[in-house]
Amino acid sequence: MPAMLAMENAAYVIGSYVVTLGAIGVYAVSMLARARKAARSVPDEERPWK
Amino acid sequence: MSTWRIARLIAAKDLRVEWRSRVLINQVLPFATLVMVMFAFALDNNDRVLTRVAPGLVWLATMFSLLVVVQRTFAVETADGALDALQVAGVRPGGVFLGKALALAAQLAALELVLMGAAVVLYRTEFQAGGVVLLVTTYLAATTGLAFVGTLYGGLAAGAKGRETLLPLLMLPVVAPVLIGATRATEAALGTEGATPSDGWPWIGLLTLFAALFGVGGTMAFGSLIDE
Amino acid sequence: MNTMTPPTSTPAPASPKHPTSTRFTRALGVASLVGIGWLVAFGLFLSPNDRVHKTGVRILYIHVPSAWLAYLAFGVTGIASGLYLWKRTRSLMWDRLAGASAEVGVLFMGITLVSGSLWGRISWGTYWTWDARLTTTAFLFVTYIGYLAVRDLGGTHQQRARRSAVMALLAVLEVPLVHYSVKWWRPLHQNETVEEGKLSGLMLFSLFVGIISFTLLYVWLVMHRQRVLALNDQVDDRGLDVALAARREES
Repeated sequence: MPAMLAMENAAYVIGSYVVTLGAIGVYAVSMLARARKAARSVPDEERPWK
Repeated sequence: MSTWRIARLIAAKDLRVEWRSRVLINQVLPFATLVMVMFAFALDNNDRVLTRVAPGLVWLATMFSLLVVVQRTFAVETADGALDALQVAGVRPGGVFLGKALALAAQLAALELVLMGAAVVLYRTEFQAGGVVLLVTTYLAATTGLAFVGTLYGGLAAGAKGRETLLPLLMLPVVAPVLIGATRATEAALGTEGATPSDGWPWIGLLTLFAALFGVGGTMAFGSLIDE
Repeated sequence: MNTMTPPTSTPAPASPKHPTSTRFTRALGVASLVGIGWLVAFGLFLSPNDRVHKTGVRILYIHVPSAWLAYLAFGVTGIASGLYLWKRTRSLMWDRLAGASAEVGVLFMGITLVSGSLWGRISWGTYWTWDARLTTTAFLFVTYIGYLAVRDLGGTHQQRARRSAVMALLAVLEVPLVHYSVKWWRPLHQNETVEEGKLSGLMLFSLFVGIISFTLLYVWLVMHRQRVLALNDQVDDRGLDVALAARREES
C-alpha cells in the first residue's frame, strides 16, 4: 500500500472510510439480528415478501 | 361552540389555574432570573461582553423557561386525563390548541418583560427611543411563535406519559429560527454594535412567517398529536 | 470491505437465518457491495490527488453519496408520511416505509456530518463552520433523531403512524425556516460553501459509482428495515402471550 502510506492526511481519509463503512456494517448486522429475533415469533406465512 | 369560543374558555381556564397555583410567579420567574445570573457568571464579570450578548441571553433564557412552562401547562391537563375527556366530549382540538397557546403566550409575555427588566439591571442594557416599535413588534411576533410551537410539541409529549425528556429534543431545534430572528431584531432595536432598527425588520418577516406557519399547522395537527 | 455484511450467504429464500431477505434484496446487496468495493479501491488507492481538494477529494467519494442519500431518505420519509395521512392511500405500509427511511437517513446523516468534518479539517483547516448548509444538516440530524424517538412512544400502530406522520410533515416545515434563518444570520460565511472543483473523468465516474451503489445500499437497508418493522408489528398484534410462550420455548 505505498500510495496509502504516502498520502497526506491519511488518518483523516482512512478514518472517514472506517467510520462510514463501520457504521453501515454495524447497522446492517444489528438489523439482521433483529430480523431473526422477530421472525421467531411470527409464522412463515405472515411474511408476504416470501 | 365555535373554535374561537372554545379557545377563549380554555385560555381563561388555564390562566385561572395559573393564577391560583402561582407556579409561574413562585417558580418559573425565579428560575429564569437565576438563569440570567448564571449567564453572567459563565461569561465573566465583564459588562461589555454582557451588554453585547444581552439580547441573545434574554431570548435563550426565555426558551429555557418555555420548556418549563410548557411542561407545567400540560401536566395540569394530563394529571386527571382532562385532554382525553375534552376529546371524548367532542371539543374541537383546534380550539383547545388555540386556547392553550393563548394562555401560554400570556405567561411568556409576562416572563419576557421580567427578563428584559433583569437585562437592564444585570447587564446594563439600554433601550433606545427609535427602536421601541421594532422591539414591541419583535416581542409580540416571537412570543406568538414560541407559544404555538410550545403548545404543539407540549401536547405531543404530554400524550406520551413519562416521556418529558423528549420535549427539549423535539422543541429546541424547531425554535432555533426564533432565537436567531428575535435576537437579531432585538439587537437592531437596542442598537447593539451599531445596528439600526432598519436592520431588524427583515427578521420580523421571518418571525411572523414562523408564527403563522405553526399557528395554522398546529391548529390542524393538534388533534392527531394528542389523540391517545 | 469486511465491515459490510454479505446478504448473500444463504441460498434458500425462506431460510430462517435471514428472514427478511429475498432474491431481490440479495441481488441488491451484491450490487451495492461491488460498487462500494470499487469506491474503496479507487478512493483509497487508485485515485490521484485533486488540485483543489488535494487528498480531501478521497473523502468526497463517500461524503457526497452519503449526503445525497440522507436527503433522499428524509424526502422519502416526508412523502410516505403524506401518503399515510392522505385518506385514500392510508396504509401502515407507508408508515413503516417512513420509519425505515428515517432511520437509514439518520445513519447516513451522521456519516455525512463526520466525513464532512474530516473533509473540512483537510480543506478548510477546521472541522466545523457555521455555514447554512452545514447547520441545516446538523438540525436535520437532530430533528429526525427526535422523529425516531416519537415513533417509539407507544400506543397502537395507527396512533404511532398518525403522530409520526404529523411530526415528519412538521420537520419538512421546519427545514426551510432553519435554513434561511441561518443563512441570514451569517451572511459573511457564504463563500465557504463547498465549491465543486473540476474533477477528472475517472473521479466523476467514481463519484457516480458511489452515488449508485449507496442508493442501492439504501434500498437494501430500507427493504430489510421495513420488513423488520412489519415483523415487529406482527409480534405486537399476536399479543404478548404468544411472544412470551415463544420466549419460554427458546430458553
